[in-house]
Amino acid sequence: MYRYDQYDYQIVRERVAQFSDQVRRRLSGELKEEEFMPLRLQNGLYMQIHGYMLRIAVPYGLISSEQVRMFAHIARQYDRGYGHFTTRQNIQFNWLKLQDVPSILADLASVEMHAIQTSGNCVRNITSDEFAGVAQDEVVDTRPYAEILRQWSTFHPEFAYLPRKFKIAISGAKEDRAAIYAHDIGLSVIKNAQGEIGFRVLVGGGLGRTPIIGVEINDFIPWQHILTYVESILRVYNQYGRRDNKYKARIKILVKALGIDEFKRQVEEDWEHLKDGSGTLTTEEVERVCSFFIDPAYETLPNDDSKLNEFKADSRSFSNWMLRNVLPHRQPGYAIVVLSMKKVGNVPGDATAEQMEVMAELADRYSFGELRITHKQNVVLADVRKKDLISLWQEATAHKLTEPNFGLLTDIISCPGAEFCTLANARSIPLAKMIAERFENIDFQHDIGDISLNISGCMNACGQHHIGNIGITGVEKKDHEEWYQVSIGGSEGNESSLGKIIGPSFSFNQVPEVIDRLLQVYLRNRIETERFIDTVRRIGLAPFKDYVYATELTEEEAVDDKYAVVPAQYDIPYYSPRF
Amino acid sequence: MKIIKNKAIVEDNWIILRLGEQQSPESVLIPDGKIIVPLQVWLQQREALLKRSELGVWLASDERAELLKDDVDKFSVIAVDFPKFSDGRSYSIAHNLRVRLGYTGELRAIGDVLRDQLFYMQRVGFDAFEPRPDRKIEDAIKGLSDFSEFYQKSVDQKLPLFRRVQRSRNLSL
Repeated sequence: MYRYDQYDYQIVRERVAQFSDQVRRRLSGELKEEEFMPLRLQNGLYMQIHGYMLRIAVPYGLISSEQVRMFAHIARQYDRGYGHFTTRQNIQFNWLKLQDVPSILADLASVEMHAIQTSGNCVRNITSDEFAGVAQDEVVDTRPYAEILRQWSTFHPEFAYLPRKFKIAISGAKEDRAAIYAHDIGLSVIKNAQGEIGFRVLVGGGLGRTPIIGVEINDFIPWQHILTYVESILRVYNQYGRRDNKYKARIKILVKALGIDEFKRQVEEDWEHLKDGSGTLTTEEVERVCSFFIDPAYETLPNDDSKLNEFKADSRSFSNWMLRNVLPHRQPGYAIVVLSMKKVGNVPGDATAEQMEVMAELADRYSFGELRITHKQNVVLADVRKKDLISLWQEATAHKLTEPNFGLLTDIISCPGAEFCTLANARSIPLAKMIAERFENIDFQHDIGDISLNISGCMNACGQHHIGNIGITGVEKKDHEEWYQVSIGGSEGNESSLGKIIGPSFSFNQVPEVIDRLLQVYLRNRIETERFIDTVRRIGLAPFKDYVYATELTEEEAVDDKYAVVPAQYDIPYYSPRF
Repeated sequence: MKIIKNKAIVEDNWIILRLGEQQSPESVLIPDGKIIVPLQVWLQQREALLKRSELGVWLASDERAELLKDDVDKFSVIAVDFPKFSDGRSYSIAHNLRVRLGYTGELRAIGDVLRDQLFYMQRVGFDAFEPRPDRKIEDAIKGLSDFSEFYQKSVDQKLPLFRRVQRSRNLSL
């Protein structure tokens, strides 16, 4: 993976000094909260219900065992012993004190990490395919380009105060695993007929209040020109994106308002002045960055391991895990392993300090010391010898890291929701836990097969509910009760689509029954191996809607706070900071 | 009053003319002396203003640098307003004045100009700053030296890091 040189270190060290001084000035009252807010946000620091939340950048999800151990240290030293992996391949800590943040940043800098631009109206952490470099369907390894874009966007002076946040995702495989259609800029690295590398550029995608699928602005930008092309897109957006209404400030609104043809004309008019200028990438720089992403020292191994089959026959749990959480690798004798952060009963995406240390240890022993965080909030060991799978599984199982549910119903993507976030209308995590418990039966889950269930506590869509096969959104509160909208038909990847709301919203305790009814309709209607999303596309929304609303919904027995992470306090509105 | 210019605190006697609600750009009377007029005043009273020996113009954040095309050499100073420090349009205006229009004279940041944005402003071509008057200018100037290195090209540094220095390759190879 990429390693810092003296320049990277210098920039990050100077950042720690700068932000430490900003914190000092905030604590002394020299900076007002209004002035401090954008500064802290550009450093991933949010003021949430219980305290400060720090989001730490994991560039394109790639991370070393040493860095994961640092997370464990931060969790123990400054937080409550755990961290939360996010849908943008980052990690966040929820219970921090402002005065500790400078020390945390210094700790992070010592292992080549930071929290730069993980929030704020700037270019955020670049996300990418979690299987880059090892996927069988990969055309071009995205990691070098993601790193080049990371450096280009870090402290870009012109684009630090954009109208709104700006997210870039990059994919280089046949199947899009980076949700590039749901980003402000989506990049697909491709090869043209001559074998030259370039980028198909999508623009104006995004979720939030106004979900829109990105559209193509250019079908092939040669790699040399990608930084200047992205610069021109941002310059047009920075000047003309709306600033009068934050709900209409994302680039998607500008692209919609101008139309893609006019937007493209403006971008390429600006680009004419930059093209072939000093911002053009050089072969030398690409080769330099590529040198960090060469294959690890793979052994020559047979692709089949008879021991695995024997063990699978002996252990249902292992065979279920092999079926779902172990994926084909392009190197014979190796496999990609997904460690599930979705053990039923746990908070989706959370890992304890102990689990982090175990994962770091497993990475060191079985996967060349590297891990990846996925946008579905799991952790990947990308280079595991097949002959090590049994011992890896046994060790990981002891730490509850082998729930065999990757891509299944209980692999729920969830935002932190109203227990933590001041924006949320409703709780997300307790609902995710309740749903997971209801559908815990693994045979049932395997029967249902591939499905995605996404929960967001509000329309800002941090849980990416629009692109979940089933999407759940917390909507308005009435008398401190939480209400949820349910949509179906969303999906990410090559056939991205936005879910459609099935009808009036439901109470917290009704939602599991709603999911159950949706699944019943699917099971009754599916043809052979058809996935849930395929059935929805074939038969449409109506049969699902009809059945869900046909008879009165039975509610789960209400057990106060059973699933709560933080005890509910309905007398205090969730949206008000409590300190 | 004091401003920051070329990384030093200096006395300055330019006066920024901001139009009152009752005033219109065509008819407003421009006092004698070193005045920085709004762009709209320049566009409306161009002929008269051209007779002045020294003139400055300022742009609002929703105005475009391109409106000064062919004119940039007529000003001793061009200022760009930050109505709020979080309004980032003025960074692109500065970039366009320097890069697209080739302006080389004094480029001044005015309005909600605060220490923590000064470094970025300097990078996109501002060389003069009027920090918000309720803040100490001696503190604000520190913002210009937050960083000593950066990755990307901009106006202050025409080459990205990868074209300027020899950077490390993977040392384990």
